[in-house]
Amino acid sequence: MKIDKNTINKIARLSRIKLDDKESEDYIKDLNSILDWVEQLNEVNTENVEPLSNISSSILPKREDVSNDTNSSEEILENAPDKLEGFFAVPKVVE
Amino acid sequence: MNNLIKGEKHDWEMVIGLEIHAQVKSNSKLFSSSSTKFGSSPNSQVSLVDAAMPGMLPVINKYCVEQAVKTGVGLNAKINNYSVFDRKNYFYADLPQGYQISQYKYPIVGEGKVTIDFKDGTSKDIRIVRLHLEQDAGKSLHDQNPSKTYVDLNRSGVALMEIVSEPDIRTPDEAGMYISKIRSILMYLDTCDGNMQEGSLRADVNISVRKPGDEYGTRCEIKNLNSIKFIKQAINYEAKRQIEILESGGSIEQNTMLFNTSTGKTRPMRNKEEAHDYRYFPDPDLLPLEISKEEIVKIKSSIPELPDELKNKFIETYKLSNYDASVLTAEKQTSDYFNETINSDSELKNHSKIVVNWITSELFSLLNKNNQDLNNSPVSPENLGQLIKLISTNEISGKIAKDVLDDMFSSGKTARQIVDEKGLQQVTDQGEIAKVIDEVIAENPKMVKQYLAGKDKLLGFFVGQAMKLTKGKANPKMLNDILKQKLNKKN
Repeated sequence: MKIDKNTINKIARLSRIKLDDKESEDYIKDLNSILDWVEQLNEVNTENVEPLSNISSSILPKREDVSNDTNSSEEILENAPDKLEGFFAVPKVVE
Repeated sequence: MNNLIKGEKHDWEMVIGLEIHAQVKSNSKLFSSSSTKFGSSPNSQVSLVDAAMPGMLPVINKYCVEQAVKTGVGLNAKINNYSVFDRKNYFYADLPQGYQISQYKYPIVGEGKVTIDFKDGTSKDIRIVRLHLEQDAGKSLHDQNPSKTYVDLNRSGVALMEIVSEPDIRTPDEAGMYISKIRSILMYLDTCDGNMQEGSLRADVNISVRKPGDEYGTRCEIKNLNSIKFIKQAINYEAKRQIEILESGGSIEQNTMLFNTSTGKTRPMRNKEEAHDYRYFPDPDLLPLEISKEEIVKIKSSIPELPDELKNKFIETYKLSNYDASVLTAEKQTSDYFNETINSDSELKNHSKIVVNWITSELFSLLNKNNQDLNNSPVSPENLGQLIKLISTNEISGKIAKDVLDDMFSSGKTARQIVDEKGLQQVTDQGEIAKVIDEVIAENPKMVKQYLAGKDKLLGFFVGQAMKLTKGKANPKMLNDILKQKLNKKN
């Protein structure tokens, strides 16, 4: 698999990152070298081996279903660039 | 039953599959301790995890996992001992993480099935592909300001169960019955409140059309429908749209559609270039979810009687039809009410059909008319039982019983009180009825002549007159019998 200009543009758009030509070139190089390195793993025979989701052998910790009754509004909106009556205000999302 | 739609050249068949999103009924969210309460002030129930502040880590809610397993059992489905949480990546203002934690390759629940019952007594199985746990997103308000969208993250991170069906559904009605059945199972299990208005239960509908027997056609997905009425409308409109395109020689483009509830039309949501690329991968913040056999056994043992079991029990114990039993068991409150009514008097078991009718037609229509719910019915099961007993023992006629029920509904009195106070007991005294009939016959010599000359229809007239004189209280069967006897004697 090779990353080309189209792929890098697509990834950038999906991530909402704007890249200039120079940056695109750099990322194409970087990502391709990472992919080349990972490609080597294809040499290992993984037939009948289930994909590994996590390398930790511990067990998923679980919470009891208890809700805290604090009002988060003020704290959560503290960093918002724009807000109105308890809502985040963001540029219009046109569907 | 004919499930086909007439086309210009040939008939068409709909192929429908549903993805139902059911909000888990829990106190706190799937991965944080924020409250899930509906209708609170905006952004008041948002933890740092829900707002995706850097460095925050999700910790799974044990109760939500148990509810998903419970629901899986209720859907006759395979529970997976091992499942994995994945990130589904997409960019949207009400998704602060930039990804939704969901399950992709390894869901918590695998294949299952539910049965829907038709009015004609037949039934059909709809297969379930899977059920998985995922986070809900926040809420966006687009119509408050011309240049801004407002975002409320209270719903962000609330636990959802996504239930995916096979494309086994063939008509809008079946789709409605299927979601009703899922809702009913969820509510018996108490794993979801089933409130479609508040969005606790909503569905995406996948639909395509084909010539019967052909391969599946290209499907479109209609997003986010939150009422059974809208689901049926959207399916009807979308099927028609697809058939029109195909019949005029076009082809269907796979698309995500939105349904406009005021125009009743569907329209494409995104164009194809923008088609989503979710880039699923296992969430490195979460270990795989493992559930032991013992845990599953324990959860299974906590499961209450489900609608289908209860339905079969009703059919067997009370000799009800499949359809009657499925109407009674569709909602837990109805089956509870029926149970309490029929057990309020040992005699009533022999009149189960009358009990069903008085609940599902008479009482339901009164409740509907007064915009009330069975849960706070002014007529208690015991009182309805008493009324039905008065009918079954011939103490009052069915016709008068309807007036009595009206009275019970508005006054809160018992059937016995009303019947005694108003003197509504049926007249079952042979002599008394005979006396009234003699009167009617004596007063209408002309009619008697006509009747005897062969005008049988006039029997109704005599019955009516006699009923009038007894204020409707004469036992109809006795009245008929004695009347015929007396008239024929005149011959």
